[in-house]
Amino acid sequence: MGLFGIPFGILARDAGMGALAPVLMSATTFAGSAQFAAVSVLGSSGALAAAVIAAALLNARYVPIGVSVAQDLPGSWPKRLLLGQLVVDESWAVSARGDGRFDRHVLVAAGLLLYMAWVGGTALGVLGATVLPDPETLGLDGAFPALFLSLLAPHVRSRPALAAAVGGAAIALFLIPLTPAGVPIVAASVMAILGARGTAA
Amino acid sequence: MSDGWAVVLLVGAVTIAFKGLGPVLLGGRQLPPRAAGALSLLAPAVLAALVVTQAFAAEGRLVLDPRAAGLAVAAIAVWRKGPTLLVVVIAAGVTALVRALT
Repeated sequence: MGLFGIPFGILARDAGMGALAPVLMSATTFAGSAQFAAVSVLGSSGALAAAVIAAALLNARYVPIGVSVAQDLPGSWPKRLLLGQLVVDESWAVSARGDGRFDRHVLVAAGLLLYMAWVGGTALGVLGATVLPDPETLGLDGAFPALFLSLLAPHVRSRPALAAAVGGAAIALFLIPLTPAGVPIVAASVMAILGARGTAA
Repeated sequence: MSDGWAVVLLVGAVTIAFKGLGPVLLGGRQLPPRAAGALSLLAPAVLAALVVTQAFAAEGRLVLDPRAAGLAVAAIAVWRKGPTLLVVVIAAGVTALVRALT
């Protein structure tokens, strides 16, 4: 999905961020949706606080996601901090074993691959890779829901997991028109954790 | 400092902190069984929420656009146990086709 680094680079350059800042942002933030949100808010309104808040809401899901992978990331704390940065939705989902544990090697390999594609794509974008067709013409925005659906499939083999998926989707659908982007996903994660506690107790 | 650089710095710091919080505070340690059980339902809930937001959200509204057609065909491919790469390519193709025709 590193292809989306290219339109991010183009968008960021057009928002007046120059060439270096967008690449550095992809290298340090490494979270596509939040970067798109921050840069488009900054580009359209120029409001710094609004841009940062939009990105923070979109990335808030990485707090519970980070907690879920923590026990499978050993080593010193700086190493764990670094490995934690390789967690994005896709690397997290492919490394999940389904029982709440994670395969560290899969997580790191997938994370590094996505990282290089994302940072490299951003560099191509700011350098003016306009020869590539528009991602929407290629239907790439339609690839994301399909990707997450395919990643979801192996995780809904038990009744509680299926209930969590249906509940998460329902909460997200309900909140999309009511809350800023990012909040629906955080709400779904809170529901899953509280719901599971309820059944375990 | 320009606003562009301020966004890079602030969003970067917030994201690194969010992603690092769990691994730094709890890393390598065994979670109590109840907490582990609660977290096992995180993946299905978050992935399902991502499917819905990526397919039906646009600028804070619920919309039905060509992405929905891509998702519908993807659902059939997932049900028929198609590999992820195939599912994604089919969904992109159908989304592009419907967009070009409408």
